[in-house]
Amino acid sequence: MELTVIWFILIAVLWTGYFVLEGFDFGVGMLLPILGKGRDELDTDNRRRVLLNTIGPHWDGNEVWVLTAGGATFAAFPHWYATLFSGFYLPLLLILVALIIRNMGFEYRHKRDDDQWRRNWDLCIIVGSFLPALLWGVAFANIVAGVPINADKEYTGNLFTLLNPLGLLGGVTTLLLFLTHGAVFVALKTSGEIREEARALAWKVGIAAAVVAVVFLVWVMMLTGNTGSWILAVLAAVALVVGLLMTRLGRDGLAFTGTAAAIALAVWALFTALFPDVMPSSTDPAWSLTHENAASTDLTLKIMTGAAVVFTPIVLAYTAWTYWIFRKRISTHHIPPAHEPREVGELEAEHVAAGEVGGAHRDR
Amino acid sequence: MDNLDLARWQFAITTVYHFLFVPITIGLSAIVAGYHTAWVRTRKPEYLRLTKWLGKLFTINFALGLVTGIVQEFQFGMNWSDYSRFVGDIFGAPLAFEALLAFFLESTFLGLWIFGWGRIPERLHAWTMWIVHIGTVLSAYFILAANSFMQNPVGYRFNPESGRAEMADFVAVLVNKVQLVTFPHVILSSYMTGGAVVVGVALWHYLRRGPIADRDREMYRKAVRVGAIVSLVASLGVVVTGDLQGKVMTEVQPMKMAAAEGLYHTEKSAPFSILTIGSLDGQNATRVIEVPGLLSFLGTGSFGGEVKGIRDVQADYQQRYAGNARTADKATNYVPNIPTTYWTFRLMMGVGFVSMALSALALWATRKGTTPPSGRWWRHVVIWSPLLPVFAISFGWIFTEVGRQPWIVFGEMTTANGVSPSVPAWSVLVSMAVYTLLYGALMVVEVKLFLKYTRVGAEPADTDTPAESGEDKPLVFAY
Ligand code: HDD
Ligand code: HEM
Ligand code: HEM
Repeated sequence: MELTVIWFILIAVLWTGYFVLEGFDFGVGMLLPILGKGRDELDTDNRRRVLLNTIGPHWDGNEVWVLTAGGATFAAFPHWYATLFSGFYLPLLLILVALIIRNMGFEYRHKRDDDQWRRNWDLCIIVGSFLPALLWGVAFANIVAGVPINADKEYTGNLFTLLNPLGLLGGVTTLLLFLTHGAVFVALKTSGEIREEARALAWKVGIAAAVVAVVFLVWVMMLTGNTGSWILAVLAAVALVVGLLMTRLGRDGLAFTGTAAAIALAVWALFTALFPDVMPSSTDPAWSLTHENAASTDLTLKIMTGAAVVFTPIVLAYTAWTYWIFRKRISTHHIPPAHEPREVGELEAEHVAAGEVGGAHRDR
Repeated sequence: MDNLDLARWQFAITTVYHFLFVPITIGLSAIVAGYHTAWVRTRKPEYLRLTKWLGKLFTINFALGLVTGIVQEFQFGMNWSDYSRFVGDIFGAPLAFEALLAFFLESTFLGLWIFGWGRIPERLHAWTMWIVHIGTVLSAYFILAANSFMQNPVGYRFNPESGRAEMADFVAVLVNKVQLVTFPHVILSSYMTGGAVVVGVALWHYLRRGPIADRDREMYRKAVRVGAIVSLVASLGVVVTGDLQGKVMTEVQPMKMAAAEGLYHTEKSAPFSILTIGSLDGQNATRVIEVPGLLSFLGTGSFGGEVKGIRDVQADYQQRYAGNARTADKATNYVPNIPTTYWTFRLMMGVGFVSMALSALALWATRKGTTPPSGRWWRHVVIWSPLLPVFAISFGWIFTEVGRQPWIVFGEMTTANGVSPSVPAWSVLVSMAVYTLLYGALMVVEVKLFLKYTRVGAEPADTDTPAESGEDKPLVFAY
């Protein structure tokens, strides 16, 4: 097989990894206000912390899939990287901002015991999960359907070019799929009330996701599909339905496998429909970027292939091991009490107030 | 401002900002890992307390390095698409390697370290932080290899047919002679920074008034010494590698060396000035304090060596690069901004030396049997002192990158030719405004939180956490 084809496939694999993995943590982030709604302030916080702890050790690793996809596209298809990233400038900016505030939320939310602090970071996590879940779908729908590209491989549209009906439908599709995937993940990783609620929610949202996804995929396939992509799209739909049925039956592991497979197959259907282009031009098909005219030289692709063959299995192995280490379900009673860091000055003032330490002692 | 100026400012702001946090990450991860291992080996509770405390400061800092790094990864395509098309065949590979080899390692193992308390065997747990550290060093290696290619392109061939630089020898890219001196200089300056952070936060507690157990004060005293030794040893290495860098730089980019001194005419036994007044445009500059022959020594290794002046290099370059659209269109002036290069070079060294002196002072002030000086202003100085190497590093980078101008890839492509042609200036302006506001806000939150946890200090730790917590016990660590 030609190296450029291999790299087309590998880029598809990287995006698949990204959407399957970060897909559920986007889902969990979006579910904070829904599944994380408790009887009172404390219960709400405990539930949210359960949700966040299911993805705590994993979200950063999941996100690296997109960084690798970006880096690999740069290395293997420089023109694809250049056209796509300079062309989809503003949506990408929004995605970056979303990822930034979301990551900060994960890292900083628990660092203080203060309701306002938590509410602010929760908002960052929620908005930061919704936006990319929507925008990645918009971007991919447009990539597959084609956007205006001129003879110099430059994108000539603007932000509103991307916000067409198919693009928006693509966005809603990824949004709903990730919500479902997230709910199924929560059902798999928690126990008690949250688990039951997640399962019920997965079913409800999942049906909506299935309907929208089928409409979206059929639309794309009618536009640019081929036999292979049609088969993959149908399989994706089947996997989603099976996954939902498994949720119904309480088989969380199988359900998660189902939604993961559905996302993976849908991504594969899109990439198969895209091939041999990587970014078709809607202005003139002759100006489309293809896996050949956008690619790097064979030498670069060979080096990259060598690295991918050696290191991808290693990455997959330790990633899998991490999921194994943190495999236990968690629920609200595993959550230790929140902890406000106490500064030495405050402790000292308390000691003094309690008369434990005399004033004279303070000025050593 | 057109989109070129905006894109340049944006790159400078976001990259310098990213690199405020990165050296702390690189340096502190090694020290935290060291304490963690020390605890596992000796089971002294102090080591565990320091591991957890410094580890918290580490994660607070890491968060910002992480989020600002994501922007970096996409910025080449967004703002520098013509550059990306031109160098992608070579430059993309180290970036992809960085993600595959380093970022996965860092992020996965940091997750294991943070959440691993009570969930993975202790020895393995200490290892996870070492692996994070290895990830950060690998990350630095690949990104610096990419940057070194821009400073001194090697291992490529220009293909007139495709109009781009293409890979000829990847190993040559990875062992670029600029890379071989840059990497140690950057890593050592990161250790210097990590050590300085430990000195700053531990010394603050050591000097603090108020009730503090003798045992605790002793713990902080030792931590100060560990940090100071790391910082001091690393800073010696920084000076040595910096000197080596000067020589390589003089060889591959004579203009940058001349610009570092504002040296307009070729001189034998060129002096190095510490302070110059007047304009630096070669007309009426007066070197107030100068060390004869030092510039020659930095550049050539001998006090009598010849250093080329700006005028001569300019004439040289004009001849060499004229008549090529990629290298000579708008930019027939090959002289970078001299005041910037002149001052940032001095500030890098100067601020670095002050930081070195402070480490030595900290070491001396915490000898056994001394009583710590008390005085409020001391603690204020101390808590901000880790910023010194951070600033030195920023100055160093500004010097390196501004000194390379007008090139984006030295001798091959000018910066003006690298910018994205299809991105309108207002888009770049919007993103610039967004990043500036967002980064500014995050900085305020970060610094406040960092100081808060600094003041909290090393809390008493539960040293006998069971390796496996029971089924229904609360998690030892949770978000
Ligand atoms: C704590 C930080 C620090 C300190 C104290 C120093 N440096 Fe430095 N220097 C850096 C941090 C740094 C840096 C930020 O890491 C740079 C920017 C790019 C690079 O490779 O390292 C740098 C660049 C840099 C360059 C430019 C390389 C190039 O453009 O190719 C030279 C010639 C030196 N340094 C030389 C020195 C000398 C002679 C020093 C002391 C006597 C010194 N540095 C102290
Ligand atoms: C692999 C690492 C790096 C690469 C590939 C890189 C690349 C670039 C590029 C493409 C530009 C744009 C040209 C320009 O604006 O003039 C630039 C400029 C700049 N970079 Fe770097 N850079 C790297 C590392 C750094 C780091 C770590 C810093 C500082 C912390 C830094 C500081 C700057 C500054 C200050 C400019 C502005 C110079 C100017 O506009 O005159 N760079 N660099
Ligand atoms: C301009 C080019 C650069 C790009 C594209 C870039 C990209 C990134 C990205 C994407 C991350 C986040 C990784 C994660 O998700 O865990 C990151 C973090 C990091 N980068 Fe950069 N970076 C650049 C410059 C540099 C330089 C010059 C160095 C070192 C010399 C460096 C060292 C690191 C380190 C050690 C981290 C992890 C630590 C932290 O998050 O603070 N980066 N970088």
